[in-house]
Amino acid sequence: MPAVTTEQVEARVVETLASFGPDADEITRESTFEELDIDSLDLVELAQVVEDEYGVVLKGEDMKELKTVGDAVDMIVSRAE
Amino acid sequence: MTGASRGIGAAIARALGRDGWPVGVNYRRDKDAAERVVAEIEQKGGRAVALAGDVADPGAPDQLFEALESHFSAPVLVLVNNAGIARDDLTPSLGDEEWSAVLDTDLTGAFRFTRRALKPMLRARAGRIVNISSVVGLRANPGQANYAAAKAGLIALTKTAAIEVARRGVTVNAVAPGVIDTAMTEEVATDLLAMVPARRAGTPEEVAACVRFLVSEEASYVTGAVLSVDGGLAA
Repeated sequence: MPAVTTEQVEARVVETLASFGPDADEITRESTFEELDIDSLDLVELAQVVEDEYGVVLKGEDMKELKTVGDAVDMIVSRAE
Repeated sequence: MTGASRGIGAAIARALGRDGWPVGVNYRRDKDAAERVVAEIEQKGGRAVALAGDVADPGAPDQLFEALESHFSAPVLVLVNNAGIARDDLTPSLGDEEWSAVLDTDLTGAFRFTRRALKPMLRARAGRIVNISSVVGLRANPGQANYAAAKAGLIALTKTAAIEVARRGVTVNAVAPGVIDTAMTEEVATDLLAMVPARRAGTPEEVAACVRFLVSEEASYVTGAVLSVDGGLAA
């Protein structure tokens, strides 16, 4: 699998999260899922998008540890390499 | 629509086909019967395709969903888990093989199809899952510990999945048929039939009518429910 850049993953994650409600403008690397009102089911959907696009499987256990958007992006990029 | 070549499954497939749903008619062994169901749906102006696959096979959900999505060029937004087998015996002599075979098909298979179906449904913010349980998931019937455990488990799966996805416009419900006039119930149903308040067996079409409702737009606020269609047997 070709490696992906952090910027590409971040753009895709922001786009996906924005589809769950929050404005894309308010989503930064430092935003927590809690303040974006992203719930556990949203994260399951995000994991599906990530799996489809990058072949990275994120289990419920992995998702539990993620607090911010940046955490998610970094985990995806590190596993896609 | 799993297990759609015969009995209750075939009646549901025909009913949904008449309502205009494109139908994937899944079967395990009886290809001819599945193709007859497809032909009947097409004769009435509907669209359908026969799909081979054993629901107990872990790879079946992906395989069948991909085949169906490519055949109809659309995501699958309705799933009816109907495929089921029975291997009856009294608990003291019920074998591991009979236990596992029934659980694998009737419960684990339905779980895997539900998990797969929820992906496109959550994205579409719409979807209907109907699990065909049984009256024996609600009231005991001797000789069916495996079947009852699977069918009661299916009700618990239904309720849990329902509350998890309710906020996405996806509903998950169960239908619990009683004694229905099909080849599968011929042997076991005699004792139960004597207890049916309606004093007759039901028809596959009467079960299909409940499924038609649950997958319809009108049932949008019904989720996590178990609709008994049993002539009063579980009441």
